[in-house]
Amino acid sequence: MSPATVAIHASDLIKRFPDVLAVDRLSVEVKAGEIFGLVGPDGAGKTTALRMLAGVLMPDLGSAMIAGFDIVRDAEAAKAVISYMPQRFGLYEDLTVDENIRFYADIFGVSRTERVQRASRLLDAANLTQFGHRLAGKLSGGMKQKLGLVCALVHRPRVILLDEPTNGVDPVSRRDFWQILYSLLGEGVAILMSTAYLDEAERCHRIALLHQGRILFSDTPSELKKHFRGAIVAVVSPSPRRVQAFLANAEGVLNVVLVGDGVHLVVDDAERRIPELRRHMVSAALPFDSIEQVVPTIEDLFVAATSGSHRGMDR
Amino acid sequence: MRWHRLKAIVRKEVIQIRRDLRSLLLIVAMPLLLMLAFGYGVSFDIKHIPVFVYDREGSQQSQDLLKHFQASEYFNVVESVASYSALVQALDAGWCRVAIVIPSDFSEQLKTGGPVGVQALLDATDNNTANVSIGYSEAVIQTYNRKVQLEWLQRHGQSTRQPAVSVDARTWFNENLESTANIVPGVIAIVMAVIGSFLTSLTIAREWERGTMEQLMSTPVTPLEVMVGKLVPYFVIGLFDTALCAGIGIWWFHVPFRGQWSVFVFSSILFLMVVLSLGYFISVVTKSQLAASQTALIATFLPAFLLSGFIYPIDQMPAVIQLITRFIPARYFMTISRDVFLKGTPIALLRDELLALGLFAAVLTLLATRAFHKKLS
Ligand SMILES: Nc1ncnc2c1ncn2[C@@H]1O[C@H](COP(=O)(O)OP(=O)(O)O)[C@@H](O)[C@H]1O
Ligand SMILES: [Mg+2]
Repeated sequence: MSPATVAIHASDLIKRFPDVLAVDRLSVEVKAGEIFGLVGPDGAGKTTALRMLAGVLMPDLGSAMIAGFDIVRDAEAAKAVISYMPQRFGLYEDLTVDENIRFYADIFGVSRTERVQRASRLLDAANLTQFGHRLAGKLSGGMKQKLGLVCALVHRPRVILLDEPTNGVDPVSRRDFWQILYSLLGEGVAILMSTAYLDEAERCHRIALLHQGRILFSDTPSELKKHFRGAIVAVVSPSPRRVQAFLANAEGVLNVVLVGDGVHLVVDDAERRIPELRRHMVSAALPFDSIEQVVPTIEDLFVAATSGSHRGMDR
Repeated sequence: MRWHRLKAIVRKEVIQIRRDLRSLLLIVAMPLLLMLAFGYGVSFDIKHIPVFVYDREGSQQSQDLLKHFQASEYFNVVESVASYSALVQALDAGWCRVAIVIPSDFSEQLKTGGPVGVQALLDATDNNTANVSIGYSEAVIQTYNRKVQLEWLQRHGQSTRQPAVSVDARTWFNENLESTANIVPGVIAIVMAVIGSFLTSLTIAREWERGTMEQLMSTPVTPLEVMVGKLVPYFVIGLFDTALCAGIGIWWFHVPFRGQWSVFVFSSILFLMVVLSLGYFISVVTKSQLAASQTALIATFLPAFLLSGFIYPIDQMPAVIQLITRFIPARYFMTISRDVFLKGTPIALLRDELLALGLFAAVLTLLATRAFHKKLS
């Protein structure tokens, strides 16, 4: 990667709070035109990492360059090319949609004509055009997040940092949201977003799995799946908790997690284990509808990666 | 400082103030309320103070003096007693606040032109009433004096020239003895302190509480732009309220304005800078609206009320308290406001007060800009 195309370059960022190491030697590179997903459960350190990259939180150690600006020594210069959308809604609820857009456009010195042009295009894409005069506080959750994105994009940022932007957003708004994000990539924008939703992570070009402040793996979603050594076996059952308890220590089973309608097992060899496990469950009179191998989702990868000694991954 | 960012902050803040009923109420209602409350109801004009007298002479002259007391709306001569002890008893029992003893040689002394001592005993449990009572008593006696002097001069065939003027400093600049005149310039200082510090104490704290601060910090806006942008609207509001109070005082309560407007405006600007940056500083430090507003009230409203000379004259406070008042900005503005209003004091004589305000303004502005960092902690 040539330095010119690397929009975000973080190396060994460390942030420690009094009772937790929130971010532990985090290194990330995001190229211009790329969407990078920081994936992890609550408390993984996503917000802390994004705050440091946005220049609003000082790292204890390590460094990061955003569009060529050092976020420690030159944070204010970096802020001119960053758009940051915090996890908590950061716009003014007592200002209307238009007033919020105007505020952020003025703060970034966007000319009137450009503001009007960009805002109308973005509002249109976000399906917010008819809500221009509505107070931001009176918008639904999904509309608020889309307005946040519109405000973030009303100037021409080179780096966009989004902290769980689609959390609590309805599916339709979420689709609008992703369409706007993809449309930006042509402008050479680099997007770093965090999410706790693994299905959403699959829409990113590359992702990093963050756990207890550390990046466990970082790659494209499909590469990650390739590196997955074991197999995922889905058991559909009316009493998943009993199945989970029963199979947790079975031979060849590396991990068991509850999913919507049953459990997912990480096993070393699906061909061999499926008949075995089926026999076990039948003899124990455990009710189940089916047991079959499925394509691993990132969620499965995450579970495999975070289960104890990383037994399920080959690196 | 970039103009476009400053303008953005100002515009945003104005919209927010406009939409915030609480701020609007405070901005308009508070000056009106305080002015009217102090102008009428809670006026320090203490009237109909109950008086007992012990007239040891009972002459026409002594009765004449007592009539002056009775005629004044400030006193109400309740009873005439026949002994000193009855007088003391009345004071002790709280039947009266003022007891007057007229000596047995009253008319004699008047005739010879010698000094006449009329004794006034005061119930000073309420220091303020006592003070006012002394002032009023002196004024009544003063009027009586003039009349006596005038008669004396006329009797001796001299032309009626103006008799020697009283030496009573308390009421010197307030001839009608109306403390409304004293109060109005003081209320202006209090309104400014509250509007200035209370409202601004909410501005930064509100951004923290509503979660808008993090996003604001992620923009290139500078701390100075945030501060100036947020304070400009309140500065205008402060000036508006100052004018409102001054207007009510002058046209409604007929308080004289003897000084120069430029001096008054200039010192108001200085004082506003002090209270605005103080409120802002508190807001930056506390990060919570409740804590900020309470701190602001304790830090400005109460001192402006109690320690500025508004209610209690500073020179009658204990020495320690007097020392403390030196650190109360409202004290200086209170002096300026009263002097400019009632005495027409020129700017040169207010140099110390203006310097003090300037110093406060400089220190607090500096503190406020320094305290705000664009980082979460
Ligand atoms: N300001 C803070 N002070 C103390 N601890 C914090 C603070 N912010 C986050 N943490 C802790 O750091 C860890 C990571 O938090 P966070 O970055 O918010 O994770 P995520 O966004 O992935 O949920 C958590 O254990 C959290 O409790
Ligand atoms: Mg978070």
